Amino acid sequence: MSSSAKLTRQTLSVLVENSAGVLSQVTRLFSRKGYNIESLAVGTTDDARVSRITVILKGTDRMAEQIAAQLNKLMPVISVQILTGKKAIYREFVMLKVKADGKDARDEIMQIVNVFRAAIVDISRSSLMIAITGDEEKTEAFIKLMSDFGLIEIARTGLIAMERGDGSIRDLSKDRAEYELGKSI
Amino acid sequence: MKLSGARIITECLLEQGVDTVFGYPGVSIIRVYDELYKKRGKIKHILTAHEQGAAHAADGYARATGRTGVCLATSGPGATNLVTGIAAAFMDSSPVVFITCNVDEALLGRDAFQEVDITGISMPITKCSYLVRSAGELAGTIREAFALASGGRPGPVLVDVTYNATVEKAEYAYLPKEEHFGRGRSERLMRRGEKVLTQPETDIRDVKRLAEMLKSSERPLIMAGGGVIRSAGAAETLRRVCREHGIPAVSTMMGLGALPSDDGLFLGMAGMYGSDAANRAVGQCDLLIAVGVRFSDRVTGDAGSFAPGAKTVHVDIDRAEINKNVLTAHHIVGDAGKVLSLLSAELKGYGAPPWAEKDGDRELSAPERIIKTVEKLAPGAVIVTDVGQHQLWTCRTFGFSRPGQLITSGGFGAMGFGLGAAIGARIGVKDTPVIHITGDGSFRMNSPELATAARYGLKIISVIMDNSSLGLVRQKQAAEYGGRFYQTELAGGPDYVLLARAYGLRGERAENEKEFETLLSDMLRSGKGGIIDCITDKDEMI
Ligand SMILES: Cc1ncc(C[n+]2csc(CCOP(=O)(O)OP(=O)(O)O)c2C)c(N)n1
Repeated sequence: MSSSAKLTRQTLSVLVENSAGVLSQVTRLFSRKGYNIESLAVGTTDDARVSRITVILKGTDRMAEQIAAQLNKLMPVISVQILTGKKAIYREFVMLKVKADGKDARDEIMQIVNVFRAAIVDISRSSLMIAITGDEEKTEAFIKLMSDFGLIEIARTGLIAMERGDGSIRDLSKDRAEYELGKSI
Repeated sequence: MKLSGARIITECLLEQGVDTVFGYPGVSIIRVYDELYKKRGKIKHILTAHEQGAAHAADGYARATGRTGVCLATSGPGATNLVTGIAAAFMDSSPVVFITCNVDEALLGRDAFQEVDITGISMPITKCSYLVRSAGELAGTIREAFALASGGRPGPVLVDVTYNATVEKAEYAYLPKEEHFGRGRSERLMRRGEKVLTQPETDIRDVKRLAEMLKSSERPLIMAGGGVIRSAGAAETLRRVCREHGIPAVSTMMGLGALPSDDGLFLGMAGMYGSDAANRAVGQCDLLIAVGVRFSDRVTGDAGSFAPGAKTVHVDIDRAEINKNVLTAHHIVGDAGKVLSLLSAELKGYGAPPWAEKDGDRELSAPERIIKTVEKLAPGAVIVTDVGQHQLWTCRTFGFSRPGQLITSGGFGAMGFGLGAAIGARIGVKDTPVIHITGDGSFRMNSPELATAARYGLKIISVIMDNSSLGLVRQKQAAEYGGRFYQTELAGGPDYVLLARAYGLRGERAENEKEFETLLSDMLRSGKGGIIDCITDKDEMI
C-alpha cells in the first residue's frame, strides 16, 4: 500500500445521478467514519441529470481511498476521483460584506480589491460587498486582510476542483475505479 | 397494458419467480394485499406475528435457499419494525427485497398518520433504498431492486411506495427476468451499476501472483468467510483446492460449513470463540489467504497484531472491503468461487508443505454435549441459532458439513433472529429437519412467532438452552465485573412448555442429557414441531 499516515487535504470529486437523497447518501459515509468534511460544493454538470460533488477532507491517503471505495458502491454514484496537490486546479468563490466607514477605509479596501482582482458588487453607506474567486491561498489571504476592516458577513461556495490535462472524471467508470485506488499489481 | 401500481408490484414478483413472501398488512399497503389475494394460487404469503419476524424469515429463507427473500410491511410502525431484520440481513450479506408502502405522496413530509421516512432510516443498512412516488416508476425500480439484492455482494434493498402509486394505473409490459439487466428504471443507471450488480471480472494476473506467493510460502492458510457460503459452488471448489494442494483452512463464523468439519485440513473456527487449532494456525501462518471475509473485530481482535507473521491476501467481491480493517499484501477482486477455480488451475502439481494440526478430541462441557446430541441425532439438519452462549457453543461444537447448514446472525448479533429465520428456512428447504437452538433470553424476544409456526404447520424444533439468564452477558459480569450480576438473571420467566402448548405446539422439558436425547429423537420422528426446554446450569461459561 502506498498510503502514508500523514493528514493532508484530500479532495474527492464525485459524479452522481440526481436522485432523491443522493447528497445525504454521500455525506453520510463521511460522518459514519467520523471524518469531518471541510468543505462541500454541489452543482449540476453539462448533463442536467448529473451533478458533481466536491468534498474536501483532512485525512490520510487511506481514508480517502476507503471513502472513494465506499462511494463507488452507491448506486447513484457514477464516478469518484481523488485529486491531490498539484494534479488539480482548485477554485472557490467568496462573497463578503465589510464595514467601510469613511473615505479612507473605502479607498484602502478598493486598493486591496484591485490588487486581488476581486470585485465590488454592492455599495451602501457604511459597507461594501465584495466578490472574489481564487484558490484557497488567495481567498484566505484576502479574507484575512478584510477582517481588519470588520467583516459583517461572509459566504463561501467551498472549493471545486478539476484535474489538469485532457482526462475527464467520466473516464473513471466503476470498472476503472479499481485501478485508481492503487491496485497493488 | 395499463395496470394499477399494486398489480404491477405483484406482476414484478412473478417475473422474479417469487412464490413465497413474508409480511404483515396495514392500510397503506392494502392495495398490494388485495392483488396478492388474487394471486394467492401463485404467491404464498406468510403472515408472521410481528414485522421483525417477517424480516428475519425472509432473510432465513434467502440464506437457506440462496434465492432472494421478499418481505412486505405497511407504513410507519410496520416499516420501522423491520429495521433490526434489515440490519441483520445487511451485516451478513443476505439478499432480501423489502417492499413497504407509505402515505399518499401529497401527505409526505407532513407527519401524516403512520408516516415515516423509511428510505432515510434504512439508507445505512441497505445496498440501496428507493422511494417510489408514481406507478410508472414501479416496474423498473423493483426489477433494479432484485438485480441489486442478489448481484455482486448480496444484501437487502428497500423499495418504499407511496399509497397513490399503488392506486394509479401505469403502463406495464412483462419482461422476462433475463432481460432485466440493462433495461431497468434507467438504462444508464443499470449500466453504471454493472460492477455493483454483476460479478466483477477477476484479473488473472492477480491470481497468478497469488499462486506465486503460495508456492514460495512455507505455512499457507486459507480463511473462508461468508463469501464462500454465498457464492454458488464456491465451497465445493474450496474443498477441492484444499485437498488437491494440501492447504489447511480455518473459517469465520459466517464461513462455517464451507469445509466439512471432519475434513483433515479444516482446523475450525477462528476468532474470539474459535478453536485453538484455528487461532494457532492464524498466529503461525506465513501466508493468509482470506476469502470472502470482512475481518470482523471478533475474528481479528486487535487488527494491527492479527496474523503477525503472515502476508495477507484478501479475495473479495466487494472492493470496498479491501484494506478496510486489515492492511493486505495483495488482493483479488472477484467472486469467491471463480477466483478459487482460477487459482486451482494455476496450482497444478503444487502441494503445500504439511504444517498445521487439528485439535485433538477435547472434553465437552454439558451444554456442548447437548449440541453434540443434536448433531448425532440430526447431522444434516439446518441449524438456526439466536445470539449468546448457545450460539457460540453451537458454532464451536456442531460439525457442519455443508454451506448454508448454519443460519446465524453473525455480523449483527441480533437476539430474536432465530425463530423468524427458522420459519423462513423451514419454508425454503423441504426434507431436512430445521432445528432452532436458542437461549431463554433470545427466545423470549420473538416467541410470539410460535403462532406463525403453528398457523402454517411448520415443523421446527426449538431447543431452548434454558439457563435462566442472559448467559453471555452474565458470563462477562462474572469474569470482569466482580460477579455483580445485574439485569442478567431471568428467573421467574414463563413456563416455556406451557407457552408452546398454548400455541398448539408440542412443549417438553428435559432436566438432563438423557431426557434431552430421548425427547429430541422422539420429536424428530413425530410430525409436530415445538420446543424442548432444556435446563442448563447458568454458571457454564464459554
Ligand atoms: C437484540 C439484542 N439485545 C441485546 C443483545 C446483547 N446480548 C448479547 S448475548 C445476550 C444474552 C443472550 O441470552 P440468551 O438468549 O439467554 O442466550 P445465552 O447467552 O444464555 O445462551 C445479550 C443480552 C443482543 N445481542 N441483541
